Amino acid sequence: MITLSMRPCGDFRTTYKADTRIFETRFILLLTIMTVVALCFAPLFLDAYYLTLFIQVSYLGIAALGLNILVGFTGQISLGHGAFFGFGAFASAWISNSFAIPVWLSIPLAGVLTMAVGMMFGLPAARIKGLYLAIATLSAQFIIEDFFARADWFSGGSYGAAADPVSLFGMDFDSDQSFFYIALFALVFMYLWGTNLMRSRDGRAFVAVRDHYLSAEIMGINLTWYRLLSFGVSSFYAGIGGALYGHYLGFVSAEGFTLMMSVQFLAMIIIGGLGSVQGALLGTIFIVLLPEVLEATVSLIGSTGLMDAGTLVENLAYFKEMAVGLVIILFLIFEPDGLAHRWKQIKSYWKFYPFAY
Amino acid sequence: MSQKDPFLVIENVSLAFGGVKALTDVSFSVNKGEVFSIIGPNGAGKTSMLNCISGRYHPGNGSIRFKDKELINLKPNERSVLGVGRTFQNLALFGHMSVLDNIMVGRHHLLDNNFATGPLYWFSSAQKEELNHRREVEDIIDFLEISHIRKKQAGTLSYGLRKRVELARAIALKPDLILLDEPMAGMNQEEKEDMSRFILDLNEEFGMTVVMIEHDMGVVMGISNRVMVLDFGRKIAEGLPDEIMANEHVKKAYLGEEDELLMEEA
Repeated sequence: MITLSMRPCGDFRTTYKADTRIFETRFILLLTIMTVVALCFAPLFLDAYYLTLFIQVSYLGIAALGLNILVGFTGQISLGHGAFFGFGAFASAWISNSFAIPVWLSIPLAGVLTMAVGMMFGLPAARIKGLYLAIATLSAQFIIEDFFARADWFSGGSYGAAADPVSLFGMDFDSDQSFFYIALFALVFMYLWGTNLMRSRDGRAFVAVRDHYLSAEIMGINLTWYRLLSFGVSSFYAGIGGALYGHYLGFVSAEGFTLMMSVQFLAMIIIGGLGSVQGALLGTIFIVLLPEVLEATVSLIGSTGLMDAGTLVENLAYFKEMAVGLVIILFLIFEPDGLAHRWKQIKSYWKFYPFAY
Repeated sequence: MSQKDPFLVIENVSLAFGGVKALTDVSFSVNKGEVFSIIGPNGAGKTSMLNCISGRYHPGNGSIRFKDKELINLKPNERSVLGVGRTFQNLALFGHMSVLDNIMVGRHHLLDNNFATGPLYWFSSAQKEELNHRREVEDIIDFLEISHIRKKQAGTLSYGLRKRVELARAIALKPDLILLDEPMAGMNQEEKEDMSRFILDLNEEFGMTVVMIEHDMGVVMGISNRVMVLDFGRKIAEGLPDEIMANEHVKKAYLGEEDELLMEEA
């Protein structure tokens, strides 16, 4: 197995604390911190287009991590994640508009509210699993979508809801440049939260429930509670992601949160790697960049004049959907463990070069 | 130490799956600090009995009292909090977790951090708590001599090692009563000797009461204080190992009279 330690030679650990570090070596820790610091300066240099992409990765990535906690770590399934994402967006707008609560507070509150709703829809998980649970969560998707369209008091019905920009210390984060920092902070915070969750008691309980629920119960784990909690945590993440999305766009409308979105979240975690925190982020980056790369390729082909670029551009929307489908199939066949696993293999290749293993 | 200190008292437990009677009116008691073995032919209801104690099955009638508490309506996870640990006949490790994490799962009910405080790792007491328990888990790892595989994925280990990890996980619960379902099945002589030593150490040093199902008569007769024999879901004998060896019913039902020579050899 390549899951064996990838530590460099001579790195002996003498305390348990050193052995439970998130970042295995000081170099990786330093590299990560440098990346985050470098990203802090990104708005000064980068085009708004790239900032938008990053913000997209951040709010979708947070929601995808939530789904990975549910699907990858706890072994449940949800086809309603897109709806929970939307619920978070509406909930945050609703909380900040109706109760005059500042937006920075309404985002976590929306997360908690979505968590409650998610746990309600997760109730069937206490009893059923597999395909049956998939259908039960599919109903959640449709019920919540219908709720958006009908509950005018909550979502503004077919008009949608306005979401104020985040405002802190008298500063409005309403541009791509400024919202970038909110997105970066949320991303780092939520991923650290997720990583720490997975190395503490309840995270282990999730994995135990996935791997062998009978013996998990014998080990003192309350199955019903942990299955529900997993839905709760997953919806919490979806809610936070959705709320960020809402306050970024400044406007939330009910159309976007369809089954297609739920499937896209599933695609992200399958491509990134089920049961891996960094996999959720890698998968999100992949899915966000895929259409952009396609578009760039199409325009490149168009510029060579070999094909009729007009037809290609017209059909770009179809290409994008097909590409997502194709990529999922290819990943399931060639790399079912996702990008996270591939990354580990690349690392071990480096380490053991020129030997194969 | 017989009949001194009833720790686990089982009275008239019956269990039926449809028309199949897995257990019929089984009663026995286990004293504190004992090594108690359950033997019997295949399908006699030995594992069903353990499942009733650990909470997988709910017997139709009867009573199971542990430390003067009635267990019969408790869920398995509530029983483990009271101090009932067990291992499984067919390995039931968490295959994708490391050995260390597997054993840490055993500490579940002893840990306090949860989904809110756990992620605040450095800012709540979670890190300190995790590391303290890690220390105790390392003692168990030392005791069972599995320190060389602590970072390995449990699903990739050999059979004998997996059995040992499972025992470690059950010990991590800090149980007062530990139920072992065929701890030596599929092991070679050396591994069996190791395992016997671990079980005796558990019993003598950690003070755990052991209820064990085992087919290896040499082991059963060698380390048990008392033995119970089940056949077709009924208790046909209970007593000291020597008494069981001499019991006519037992010979007929299970040991097989002509095998007597072989048995003594073992």
